Amino acid sequence: MASERKDGPAGGDSALDKAQEWLDQRTGYKGLLHEVLFENVPGGARWRYVWGSTLSFFFVVQVITGTFLWMSYSPSTQSAWESVYFIQHQMWGGWFLRGIHHFVAQAMTVLLVLHLMQVIIDGAYKAPREVNYWFGVVLLLLILALSLTGYLLPWDQNGYWSTAVSTNIVGLSPGIGAPLQTVVVGGANYGHQTLSRFLALHAGVIPGVIILFIVGHVYLFRRHGITPKQPLKGPDEGFWPEQILKDVVACLAVLLVVLFFVVREHGAPLGAPADPSEQFSAARPEWYFLFLFQLLKYFPGEAEVIGAIVLPTLCLLALAAMPIIGKWRLGHRFNLGFMGVMLAGVALLTWQAVAADRNDVEYQVAKAGAKRDAARAVELANAGVPITGALTLMRDDPYTQGPRIFSRNCASCHRFDGHDGLGNPLPKDSISASDLKGFGSREWVRGFLNADTILTARYWGGTTHAEGDMAMWLADHIPEDEDEVAMRENVVLALSYQARLNSQAALDVRDSSRIASGIAFMRNTSSGCAECHKFQDVGTDSPELTDWGSRDWTIAFVHDPAHQRFFGRDNDRMPSFGTEKSLTPREIEMVVDWLRGEWNTPKTGKATTGN
Amino acid sequence: MTENHQAPDRRNFVTKAAAIVVGGLISVVAPVAGLLTFLDPLRRKSDTRGMVRVASLASLPENGEPRKFPVLDTLVDAWNKTENVPVGSVYVQKTGENTVRVLNSVCPHLGCSVGYRASTQGYFCPCHKSAFAVDGSIADPKSPSPRAMDELTAEVRDGEVWVKFQNFRKGSPDKIPV
Repeated sequence: MASERKDGPAGGDSALDKAQEWLDQRTGYKGLLHEVLFENVPGGARWRYVWGSTLSFFFVVQVITGTFLWMSYSPSTQSAWESVYFIQHQMWGGWFLRGIHHFVAQAMTVLLVLHLMQVIIDGAYKAPREVNYWFGVVLLLLILALSLTGYLLPWDQNGYWSTAVSTNIVGLSPGIGAPLQTVVVGGANYGHQTLSRFLALHAGVIPGVIILFIVGHVYLFRRHGITPKQPLKGPDEGFWPEQILKDVVACLAVLLVVLFFVVREHGAPLGAPADPSEQFSAARPEWYFLFLFQLLKYFPGEAEVIGAIVLPTLCLLALAAMPIIGKWRLGHRFNLGFMGVMLAGVALLTWQAVAADRNDVEYQVAKAGAKRDAARAVELANAGVPITGALTLMRDDPYTQGPRIFSRNCASCHRFDGHDGLGNPLPKDSISASDLKGFGSREWVRGFLNADTILTARYWGGTTHAEGDMAMWLADHIPEDEDEVAMRENVVLALSYQARLNSQAALDVRDSSRIASGIAFMRNTSSGCAECHKFQDVGTDSPELTDWGSRDWTIAFVHDPAHQRFFGRDNDRMPSFGTEKSLTPREIEMVVDWLRGEWNTPKTGKATTGN
Repeated sequence: MTENHQAPDRRNFVTKAAAIVVGGLISVVAPVAGLLTFLDPLRRKSDTRGMVRVASLASLPENGEPRKFPVLDTLVDAWNKTENVPVGSVYVQKTGENTVRVLNSVCPHLGCSVGYRASTQGYFCPCHKSAFAVDGSIADPKSPSPRAMDELTAEVRDGEVWVKFQNFRKGSPDKIPV
């Protein structure tokens, strides 16, 4: 014992060495570390071996970012969107956290497909590695399941409607499909229980199962070792540090790509709050599921189950059967060919889906509308969200509801800047009433009080009023000299002034004297507007011009255009939306406010980050 | 000796059996408890709604062109019950002096929302391009939808259109309420 040589400086071991020795004696951690890091890599470290470590690293990234998101996420129909909005737009670094979680999920899907391709190409599925290969296939499915369940959680329009399609596809499976859908969705309709169940799956069940399969996958990998490509290119190297260096460099490369997208998109997309009662034509799944949507289009009607269930299942079975097929003489070549055909098919279908959307006018309009709604939802939420949720703000918002109400109720006759209010074109033969963009503004009135333009389709060209007294009067009173032209313009200013548009308030102040002249002409009962029209306390006939085009006037007009104040018996087909109860009073208010360009723009307590 | 030899075997068997039974019992409690709540949605029936007013007859075009109306009714979502909110939307068209046809606007294919196109005088689903005629029947044989649009029970009372609003299973050739 006295002759034993001691390592280290004179005076014995360092304190650190003693601590390590103490811990090792009680936990054996050095052995474990040695087992993990000092594995032999036959033929040396290679880039083609980085997949497993890269995927493991990003799974850990997802668990970490997901856990922190979980701390701020609230799963209910009145708080899911609201809490995600809060994370994305209010919390410190929330957009960054959410962006990482979003784009790493997509990166993992790509990495897993590449990893699977490499395994198949190298023939690493062959005996005795069949079970390990199957674990890998299951892990791919589990990652896709994470994508599906995560897509709904923000409870925005795109997530809601895309998931409705996905879960309805599940319901197509014969026998177990419908009950399974009911259990996963938490009922017949999507709501609170859907969100809580999807969160449990996304944050608990599926990650837990993934961890089990990763442990099994790694255990079997260590049991069988690496499948090196023969012949070996160089001497054996250690896993640490040579292979680990390649692994972490690969992780860095993927991370840089992810961060590029996070910064460019400033986080992850968040659409407007889900509204089950509002049509959403822009519903699309994550890009790597587009091929399944596209596949459905080739199996119409009752053949749908073939495209939705049978074919995907057969492809998965063929994928799982590769170790068995590989035993045949040409089995490996068959597997390579099948993989190539399947990937080419997926790529082709995805491209078809993207190309179809790019050329779909209706989809592009819906997408623009979705973007507009999303921005508006954030704008409203910035002023604070009531306990009933952001959807109630949207439902009571003239900017959001006005164009929808117009499109559904007014656009069968009227247009708004040539379209239906939402941006959809209208068939020529349906346009029979005036274009209401800018209604009440000076420009609009100037065109209306013109003998030629009043007869165009933009004004009364398509109505019976084209042959009415007003059109006749304009034709008989075309301004001829300078004074008459000036007076006509004064009347334009005066009539437009009646509308009290906020956007013209400053102009009206500036032109107050001309407006006064115009009002005097309007009140003239012998040669002015009051010769016919009732205006203020003079004149008798309708339409009444007092406060013409103002908010109250227009609301009352839409309520009942056949009222004696307005067209009376001369009304040409316009429904009495209020009297007939086609629209609620609030709906009439909202469409009128929207036409006037007047809606609440909340003062924000905090400016939104990013563009 | 024989008795001495048999005694350990009998005791060992009893011990194993007891361990399995007790182990099984304690292991099964948590999964069973969880499964009961997990499968709870299967035992809950959809709320059956009565007739609700959706529109006035006078607001419908005489030429039978459909118009879309929200259906306002009580929405029940787990613990929440909210009255007079949109629970869906329908297309209503006048088919006679005092008769109407009411179609659920949800696509019977996979649950997207169907739009009406005046240019083709038919309905069109933007998600997977199913096309329906103005009466809701499938207009294009290539449509992926396995059945026509879902017609709802409706009646006209005192000039008002009342509808029994229901949703149906998606993707099924048969019209099964959910």
